[in-house]
Amino acid sequence: MQFDQLLQYTLSGLSTGAIYALIGIGFSIIYNATGIINFAQGEFVMLGGLLTLSSLELLKLPLWAAIPCSVAFSTVIGILFERLAIRPLKQPTPINLVIITIGGSILIRGLAMLVWGKDTHAIPPFSGDTPIPVGGATILPQHLWILAITLIIIIINKIYFYHTISGKAMRACAYNRRAAGLVGIDVRRMVLFSFIISSAMGAVAGIIVAPLTMTAYDVGVMLGLKGFCAAIIGGMSSGISTVIGGLILGVLESLGAGLISSGYKDAIAFIILLLILFIRPQGLFGKADSERV
Amino acid sequence: MKRDLLLFIGFSLLVLLAPQLFSGGYLMNVLVFVGINTMLSIALNLLLGYAGQISLGHAGFFGLGAYLSGILTTTYALDPWFAMPLAAAVVGGMAFLIGFPILKLKGHYLAMATLGLGIIIYIVFNETVELTGGPSGLSGIPNLKIAGITFDSDVKNYYLIWTATLLVMIFSLNLAGSRVGRALRAVHDSEVAARVLGVNSRILKVQIFALSAVISSLAGSLYAHTMTFISPASFGFNFSIELLTMVVIGGLGSIYGSFLGAALLTLLPEFLRGANDYDIIIYGGLLMVMVMYMPGGLVRGIPSLYRYLVKSKKGEPGHA
Repeated sequence: MQFDQLLQYTLSGLSTGAIYALIGIGFSIIYNATGIINFAQGEFVMLGGLLTLSSLELLKLPLWAAIPCSVAFSTVIGILFERLAIRPLKQPTPINLVIITIGGSILIRGLAMLVWGKDTHAIPPFSGDTPIPVGGATILPQHLWILAITLIIIIINKIYFYHTISGKAMRACAYNRRAAGLVGIDVRRMVLFSFIISSAMGAVAGIIVAPLTMTAYDVGVMLGLKGFCAAIIGGMSSGISTVIGGLILGVLESLGAGLISSGYKDAIAFIILLLILFIRPQGLFGKADSERV
Repeated sequence: MKRDLLLFIGFSLLVLLAPQLFSGGYLMNVLVFVGINTMLSIALNLLLGYAGQISLGHAGFFGLGAYLSGILTTTYALDPWFAMPLAAAVVGGMAFLIGFPILKLKGHYLAMATLGLGIIIYIVFNETVELTGGPSGLSGIPNLKIAGITFDSDVKNYYLIWTATLLVMIFSLNLAGSRVGRALRAVHDSEVAARVLGVNSRILKVQIFALSAVISSLAGSLYAHTMTFISPASFGFNFSIELLTMVVIGGLGSIYGSFLGAALLTLLPEFLRGANDYDIIIYGGLLMVMVMYMPGGLVRGIPSLYRYLVKSKKGEPGHA
């Protein structure tokens, strides 16, 4: 096994890992604000990619305009989802929430199949596809876009959560919803905010990954589950540990696919998921917490 | 108790007479599937409806039963009657072992862990090509035979599958009404309270998980021996979701509800032939609507809807 090859796998693993990290943070934000694991999270990733495609082809928008357009539309769907499915639920037990978000995810996926059909669609890369040599390996410009955009989003996230009133209010909800309500924070509005932020982040992840992997109505399932896996490795934090979790997962997956077998690539994420849940349910970096077990 | 017995006898008679009412060959085939799905949703319901523990990986146990039976009877030329219990024992043992770590998790985490387990099993079906035939499937699985009768026609399979289904039903009805059933419901309502009252909830949850896996495995074996061909596509994540939908629509914690849910979701696609693949939209919509407006499922929802309608006709305010 040459060093070049290892480097190549690691580099491509890092950019997939960045995608998992973005999706994982989306899971964590909703979980922290509401205690809900949103099984429909992956569908916003799918919507991001496919809506960009439609903005490019049907509305004939340039790429720089198509992207915000599709993020905005995905976010509207996120808001509708929270308003129509989550908020009216009379008995919000964990099992009912699991079932309703699964139902929502199937519904969104089915509607996407109705709109875009079952074909796989390609989106042009943001700036060409001439490989850039790095050491003995090469990366595509799109990989750099993914890493850069992920970094920017994480920084914006950090600023929002630590330096704005509504971000601080959301953190207060994550610590203790009742106490947050007592000091005058509108908890239901924060729940809605969490859905807005995470559907927008999911959509961005879907847009930046689409030029690399193509997109279709059913890409959300696997991407969503792997994003969840990243969040579990990071202990459901909406910060740096989930990013590290995503990167670890992406690299392990890419190395596993390259060195062991590409058929078992998807299994790697789930084996890691089970091991973490069994052995360290608080995440790789978290302190012991009996909440989740 | 007497009423329960009468209900069960009535239901069995209906099952016995159904082939006389619907003599069409195709419909018999659909009713065979209703039977298999009823067994599976009862298995999931014992776990979800009674013990309150979710599983999104039950298609995996169903598939393991089917594949173990299929491989043992084709590659190793074992007798199907011997392969079925062997498969069930292996699957049950596996579920028992994995049950200890997995059932320590709760709610969302349990859902994700079982989902992951189901997907790993599905990937193994696809990738171990020498053993399972991979994505193109495993064919030539022998039919079951008893006393010179080979179960190779739709009508014969109907009686075979429904005998098994009725046995699973009566077993589960008895289990639900027994001490174990009451302990399970106690765990469902409050695990802490159940433990305080001396229920060993940890072992109990693992046992019911294993039992549920064993029933699913038996249903899988029967599926393999009636279809004679199996492929991984039948045992994926989507089927786990379909099973969940059946249980929720029928009614959590109701054995007859599981039958209603299984029958509805198996027959529905037959009536929606034109809708093709779009039936998943209907599954998604149904799941959401049921959880929002009829959380007790059809078995409880229809009677209360009826009472509500009757009362509002008389001009009295209806109580939900």
